[in-house]
Amino acid sequence: MNGPVWAVVQQKDGRLQRSGRETIAAAQALARELGTSAEAVLLGDGLAAAGEELKGMALAGARVVEHPRLATYTPGGYVAALVPLVREERPAYVLFPHTYQTVDFMARLAQALDAGLLPEAIAFRRVDGEVRWTRPVLGGKLHAQVRTVGEGTVLVSLQSGAFPADGVEAGSAPLRQVAAAVDGVDLQREVRGFESAGGGAVDLSKAEVIVAVGRGVGGQEKLAPVEELARLLGGELAASRPVVDSGWLPRERQVGSSGQTVAPKLYLALGISGAIQHLVGMKGATAVVAINKDASAPIFKIATWGVAGDLHEIVPALNQALKERAGGA
Amino acid sequence: MKIAVCVKQVPDPEARLRVGADGAWIDEEGVAFVLNESDEYAVEEALRIAERTGGEVIAFGLGPERTREALRKVLALGASRAVLLSDPALLGGDALATGRALAAAIRQEGADLVLTGSASSDLGYAATGSVIAGELGWPHAWLVMGVELAEDRRSVRITREMEGGMNELSAVVLPAVIQVQAGINHPRYASLKGIMAAKKKEIREVAAAELGVDAGRLGRAGSRLETVSVALPVSGREVEWIAGDAAAVAAALVTKLEQEAKVLR
Repeated sequence: MNGPVWAVVQQKDGRLQRSGRETIAAAQALARELGTSAEAVLLGDGLAAAGEELKGMALAGARVVEHPRLATYTPGGYVAALVPLVREERPAYVLFPHTYQTVDFMARLAQALDAGLLPEAIAFRRVDGEVRWTRPVLGGKLHAQVRTVGEGTVLVSLQSGAFPADGVEAGSAPLRQVAAAVDGVDLQREVRGFESAGGGAVDLSKAEVIVAVGRGVGGQEKLAPVEELARLLGGELAASRPVVDSGWLPRERQVGSSGQTVAPKLYLALGISGAIQHLVGMKGATAVVAINKDASAPIFKIATWGVAGDLHEIVPALNQALKERAGGA
Repeated sequence: MKIAVCVKQVPDPEARLRVGADGAWIDEEGVAFVLNESDEYAVEEALRIAERTGGEVIAFGLGPERTREALRKVLALGASRAVLLSDPALLGGDALATGRALAAAIRQEGADLVLTGSASSDLGYAATGSVIAGELGWPHAWLVMGVELAEDRRSVRITREMEGGMNELSAVVLPAVIQVQAGINHPRYASLKGIMAAKKKEIREVAAAELGVDAGRLGRAGSRLETVSVALPVSGREVEWIAGDAAAVAAALVTKLEQEAKVLR
């Protein structure tokens, strides 16, 4: 008999976060696969409404770990709250959404528990009686099949969107308040406040057409044809993270997990390889045109139309064709 | 201040990759290796803090022998010394095993601050720095976009990236491990003088047995993860390829945009 599968979730504005519901869906699926039970741990402060939501899910138990010191995330507080629970109940797997917050504390939790650490899984399947996890490596160019060895709990974070939230099985879950052992613990960080990262000035989420450039554009001085293309299509210019980090376009035009999430009718990905951090920001696009020299780039896995070629040749030709069309119409 | 910076050598992000003969990793033949991107920013941040405080930067690299090139580059940029952990008994580990080895090596050197990149572009565990902090019993912060040393040098103020375009502003007591996000600064280029000077700087090799850590907790032997295979991702939907010269591709795309995507007016 395997130990239970846990999902550690959080609330936002009185609701379970979508990423948390995805985590619960994954825990239910894995528990079914292993013939064990799925349980949830809800962590934070002011959890009554989110707790009610958990009650309606098919879970063997839902622990509510509530404490004012957990209202604001700190690695010390979250690790201290989770360590005694996991030690006592020995779940086989503890699943987390692969959020920036999870990444910040999951390794510390694994160390404190001497647990296994498997970040950024996108799928699992049972092979020869053992669980094989899939995770992207090398910027998503390849997927690795990974198994865990040794004894004890394994902590796994799940990439956003890998396990759809609407897969949560409804049912009933007994709710249990659990004391959070965080009084007097070192929170390891003094959080002084929050600020906007300066990405608010341009709202890309409403754009119908987005022309996005990646590292493959090669430099700021090479952007002019791309800017012209965006003008001709009446679209917004956007960028992947490396372009912003290099200062070729401002951060307010960044699409991806650390930038904006967009869902245009058309997304043109120019010289973008398609790392998962970028894909999560644009996979809601209705149609995707990808132009990249490397035909094996992961962007082509989600593209509607793909061009394995040099954007510096194709974009000027496309501009020319669009101008001729406008002129002839 | 004595600042340790940890770096990794990774396949060039622009390289075309093939699965190797064993099916468990890439064929490294003909692949160029470079300093991991966020590590470059960590090195620059380390150098800036050292310059402001009159301190020194010591580079740590764990990986096969070729990691020496990455360390040489960091020395050319201005680090004073380097420590290479290329013992086969230390390789092939998960983030926990790798972090343990680096922490042990850093403990031997002593440091007031450890900087790492936020994630490697190959394995992408985004955890090694946190593990180093845990091993040393220090606080850490991941995905840091700003570091400011307090006047008394006993803490750092950090700006940390969160989802949804927000930053967390917080303070962390030193000694600490800071995991730097790409984009925090503009990394410098090595000068010719720096490159020449780097040739004379020390790269000290440390063997697994010198770390004082149980061999079963290091490298592949100490890893809880084992990669069974790697493969090209399976596509959810099939991409429709458009081929031809630039003019033909442009004409085909215009038709697609007009008739299927319906975004042309």
